[in-house]
Amino acid sequence: MFGFGDFWVAAAYFLSIFSTVLCVFYGIRYWNKDEAIPPAVHPPDENLDFEDTI
Amino acid sequence: MNYQILILVIGAYVLVTAYLGWLGYKKTNSAADYLVGGREIHPVLMSLAYGSTFISTSAIVGFGGAAAMFGMGLLWLTVLNIFIGIFIAFVVFGKPTRRIGAQLDAHTFPELLGRRFNSRFIQGFSGSVIAALMPLYAAAVMIGGARFLEVQIGISYDLALFIFSIVVLSYVFFGGLKGVVYTDALQGTLMFAGMIILLFATYSLVGGLSSHQALTDLASKVPEKLAAAGHQGWTSMPVFGSDMWWTLVSTIVMGVGIGVLAQPQLAVRFMTVKSGKELNRAVIPGGIFILMMTGVAFVVGALTNLYFWQTQSRISLAVVMDQATGKPNIDKIIPAFINSAMPDWFGYVFMLSLIAAAMSTLSGQFHAIGTSIGRDLYQQAIANGKHQDRTVPIAKFGIFVAFVITMLLCYKLAPGIVAIATALYFGMCAAVFLPAFVSALFWKSATKAGVITGMLSGFFSWGLWVLFFHEKESAALGLVKAVFGKASLVSGTTWAVVDPIIIALPISAIVTVAVSLSTKSYEANNKIK
Repeated sequence: MFGFGDFWVAAAYFLSIFSTVLCVFYGIRYWNKDEAIPPAVHPPDENLDFEDTI
Repeated sequence: MNYQILILVIGAYVLVTAYLGWLGYKKTNSAADYLVGGREIHPVLMSLAYGSTFISTSAIVGFGGAAAMFGMGLLWLTVLNIFIGIFIAFVVFGKPTRRIGAQLDAHTFPELLGRRFNSRFIQGFSGSVIAALMPLYAAAVMIGGARFLEVQIGISYDLALFIFSIVVLSYVFFGGLKGVVYTDALQGTLMFAGMIILLFATYSLVGGLSSHQALTDLASKVPEKLAAAGHQGWTSMPVFGSDMWWTLVSTIVMGVGIGVLAQPQLAVRFMTVKSGKELNRAVIPGGIFILMMTGVAFVVGALTNLYFWQTQSRISLAVVMDQATGKPNIDKIIPAFINSAMPDWFGYVFMLSLIAAAMSTLSGQFHAIGTSIGRDLYQQAIANGKHQDRTVPIAKFGIFVAFVITMLLCYKLAPGIVAIATALYFGMCAAVFLPAFVSALFWKSATKAGVITGMLSGFFSWGLWVLFFHEKESAALGLVKAVFGKASLVSGTTWAVVDPIIIALPISAIVTVAVSLSTKSYEANNKIK
């Protein structure tokens, strides 16, 4: 099958391409679909100095 | 070797990288800018940063070499990398990670888990596991880069490792921790270009798509030892249930293919984008990028057998046979192919692609180690949020210690270890973090007790399987030999080649669910949408 020795390798070869096509299709189909972020449930981090200075 | 071209190419790369690093540094004005890119990174930049952090020299050199040995069956890993590592990761995991991360004001992966279940222990334990075991993965990436330098420039492995380590150390300490998304995107672009050229050049060298049939016809040249273990040729899967099948499917395909979902340095990327639609858009470049990285590496890896057979009348394993040990070093197959089949200029450009791949992954790894030690383990778990002034030096010291351990591993690990070490680390992440991560995102009834016991059972069952059962590691580590006088407690049976992820992940998941169902959930869980 397409020069491959067995079905499973041929399936992997074409599924990897198909998965990429799926990604492209999904990205285009839902290009502008968004979701809102609910309000924070945790107080803002009191230890930001560490992140600021590292 | 043409040193003028080499110096020119490297000089241009260093200048552009330094400029982008400076640009990122200039635009970093807050903690959120530093840790999660101000939560407004462009989707193409985010997906390239994710992809170039995910794909490293390990994937290209290590797994490309593994494809030269196992064959194109490794393409199942590409399927999982794209479908699970990109599609499921971005669409199913990415959106709730971004949403809950913002709600909880979490900046690291352990912090997301810790705050979700209101547990400093979860954050500290996660940070400890990452800091302790990430050097194994970092070593795999370093070895992959050093092996390529060794073959391409023609220097010793030790010298190549030394040069590579100096470059990495400079990058991580002076340039890699800020503006990392910009440099990642440049590196991703370089990797993409290098792999496209490699794909077309390789197919044109071995006869185009008809090379698949030619490679199939080469099945009779499979070494007897591999054939006895289940190898049926480079365009066929190994015999179902054979030792080679279990190693390919359970360790290489499942270990990395599933483990990617719970990679701390990757999960944090989902928190860098502005909105959910940016993740939808990032799926496009992400999918294409991973196909061009792993898909090309695995196809080319398998086809190297045909190239070497046509030009030298021997298969790839014979080309990289170590005369001293009498064993092949599969980590050298891709470098040997590039060196033998491609023009000098491409060798240098590809070398840059690999250095770029290693840099982006290593910066993400050491960054994760530093924040795990400084913030997750020390600041949150040990100091209970106090002594903030000590956390930065502790993080930097932690990075330095991790770097030293990584270097020691680079010298100590056996040849041909890159793919296995990577798969081992990914499998550990799946066993320890995946049930907790899934619970954090999707299961409101999950409890602190359930997640803690699940993580602990995943970690210890993974460790026990590595130390006493999975022969590849248990024999190398030697504890089971010292205690029981055997290479593995299940030597000679199929269990000895079953990867730890197959045992530890179900245990971790079952314990998480069972304990959660029998304990009371943290009240704030219900506030998370």
